[in-house]
Amino acid sequence: MKSKPRFLTILDIASVLLLAVSAYLALIYAPEEAVMGQVQRVFYFHVATAWVGMLGFIAAGVAGIAFLRTADLKWDIIGIAAVEISLVFFLIAIILGSIWARPVWNTWWTWDPRLTTAAITELIYVAYFMLRQGIEDPDRRARFGAVYTLVGAVSVPITFMAIRLFRTIHPVVIGSQSAQAQGGFNMDSGMKVAFFFALFAFTVIFVDLFWNRIRLGNLAQKVEQLKLKIMS
Amino acid sequence: MYFQAPPPDTSSYMIGGYTIFAVVMAVYLVSLFLRWRNLKQELSLLEEMEENKQ
Repeated sequence: MKSKPRFLTILDIASVLLLAVSAYLALIYAPEEAVMGQVQRVFYFHVATAWVGMLGFIAAGVAGIAFLRTADLKWDIIGIAAVEISLVFFLIAIILGSIWARPVWNTWWTWDPRLTTAAITELIYVAYFMLRQGIEDPDRRARFGAVYTLVGAVSVPITFMAIRLFRTIHPVVIGSQSAQAQGGFNMDSGMKVAFFFALFAFTVIFVDLFWNRIRLGNLAQKVEQLKLKIMS
Repeated sequence: MYFQAPPPDTSSYMIGGYTIFAVVMAVYLVSLFLRWRNLKQELSLLEEMEENKQ
């Protein structure tokens, strides 16, 4: 296994610093929202984690296409890495959204189109790992994973567009607001700085974790190959 | 003169949200570290076994 690339170490450090600055902007720098109060501050990390969650699911779909074209197992490792990291970020986004909803909508959860499609997306990718476990042959498992992530990626635009296409109480912060939306607000300049910085910071953090997780996948593959070599 | 009502105190939800974020991220990072460490140990053991086999 190659030693850790210097650029990855720099990216690790940059990710920690960006997360710290993003937390400062979200928790201290951005002004308090006049109607919802402090709970509105979870919005910055809620949107940013949802963004990188969706980014990873799309990346897994792209890796799936690459595998189906090349049959190179490295694309399977990349796909697994993308799905695993996105599952974590998307779970955080759903939990933060639920926490925000409690004081604003007076409920932890409601079967609104956005919440429902987000929950389905998360479950689709939880099932991805469960179903992979049932296939022993690495090539078949990779082919199954590629097709699954490709089909699963369809859930991402559906989730993204749910608040723009259907009657929903979920606010649309950027773009036109639904008449039924509850908890929407207009961002002032301080809020915009915190919001766009969080999007940038989490994109860098995602890339950093993605790279680290791919290295872990490569190491696991090397161990697997060595095991087979010794046993043969 | 117009007085606006102060926003409700929802700070406990904010603290709860960021605490959960920190816990989930910490658990995931620790899981990445542990898996890496275990694989490294397994790899060195397998390499040793391979050397002995030859």
